[in-house]
Amino acid sequence: MTSPLAKLLEAALFASARPITIEELAGLDADATGDDVAEAVAELREHYDTDGHGVELTEVGGGWQILTRPEYTEAIERAQLAARPHRLSAAALETLALIAYRQPIGRAEIEEIRGVVVGGVLKSLHDRGLIEVTGRAEGLGRPLLYGTTPVFLEQFALRHLEELPRADELAIALRSTAAAP
Amino acid sequence: MAVATATLSARLPGNRQEAHAAFVVELTQFSGPLDLLLSLIRDEQLDIRDIPIARIAEQFLARIATLALDDAAEYLEMAAHLLRIKARMLLPRNEDDESWEDPRAELVRRLLEYQQMREIVDLLDVRAESRRNRFARAFLPEQPAPPSAPLALSLGELLAAVDRIIRAVRTPTMHDVVPRALDIDGAIASVRATMAVRASASWTDLLDPAAEPWQVLSLLLALLELARRGEVRLAQPAPFATVEIARDIAASEAA
Repeated sequence: MTSPLAKLLEAALFASARPITIEELAGLDADATGDDVAEAVAELREHYDTDGHGVELTEVGGGWQILTRPEYTEAIERAQLAARPHRLSAAALETLALIAYRQPIGRAEIEEIRGVVVGGVLKSLHDRGLIEVTGRAEGLGRPLLYGTTPVFLEQFALRHLEELPRADELAIALRSTAAAP
Repeated sequence: MAVATATLSARLPGNRQEAHAAFVVELTQFSGPLDLLLSLIRDEQLDIRDIPIARIAEQFLARIATLALDDAAEYLEMAAHLLRIKARMLLPRNEDDESWEDPRAELVRRLLEYQQMREIVDLLDVRAESRRNRFARAFLPEQPAPPSAPLALSLGELLAAVDRIIRAVRTPTMHDVVPRALDIDGAIASVRATMAVRASASWTDLLDPAAEPWQVLSLLLALLELARRGEVRLAQPAPFATVEIARDIAASEAA
């Protein structure tokens, strides 16, 4: 039914608290090639999907992770076995959205676009591990530049940043079209 | 800027206590002045690129009229900005003037940019919600043990504890191993006493039938010692036969 390699991967995925990359999974078995591992992951995923399981194998944050299916969230939370993380405020989401798309981006640019000061929001995003300082801009004061972290990918169920639609794919007209009066 | 602020101040109500309560509600509703502005434009179904700036400025001021001044600097800045654009729109201009730039252009750019960001927010929100509804395996790293509190212990308490423990411990059952030293000298004296009155004797004569092992050994060693000294002679006619002891006359006379 399930190959020995898939079982090994399942055990590792079960034991880990964070997503495991294909490279890490391949490290579990010296004899397994990258293709073998990818095949075993697909096999395991298929197994969860077709045989009826309460969990599923999801690619998230650059790796694979076993997650519970959404239909059981309410019951699990009601029984206080696990709690969903708090939602981000609108202000925090806006700031995070800007950082995700414009990284590396400085505080001044975020404030210009959002029209509000974001010092407190930046701090709380940083405290939650969603953003990090990626460098300093040239110019006056060498302001800090921010970027998103792997935790951001994980919490937003993204495999990688490229999975976000490109800004010009969004339904809204671009800054360039807006510039023309 | 000064003119705009003056106009604005005139519009703000004097009672700031009441205003503050209203502001709290506003804050949760809008994440900033651009958000409020965008919501007004959407409510009125206006074209973002051709905003009737006078009307929007009027409505914007009406909405923030209840805000407390100190907390609403960002909204006030936007209000002032709107009024400035409104004023610039009122300036007479030549229709054919190529160099004329719409005073709203910068605001429109910012609004579009902000609107784009809001789309990203919606997208991220959906993503985050989908992830929130799935639990991963929880892993709780073991908490480091808190540093132990310093001991508050007096000598009296310590001794009392020792006392309790000593009382609690039952007396151990011990085997008394008593060394039973062999009494060779005693046995020699006893053999000499016997041999003083008898010329010969057998092993059984010398040994009490109820003798303990140490007595048997003492006698054996005493006999060997006396034989070495030449006081007695020992003989065993056959293997396992009773040992015969005879007084060595020559030796005892010499002694």
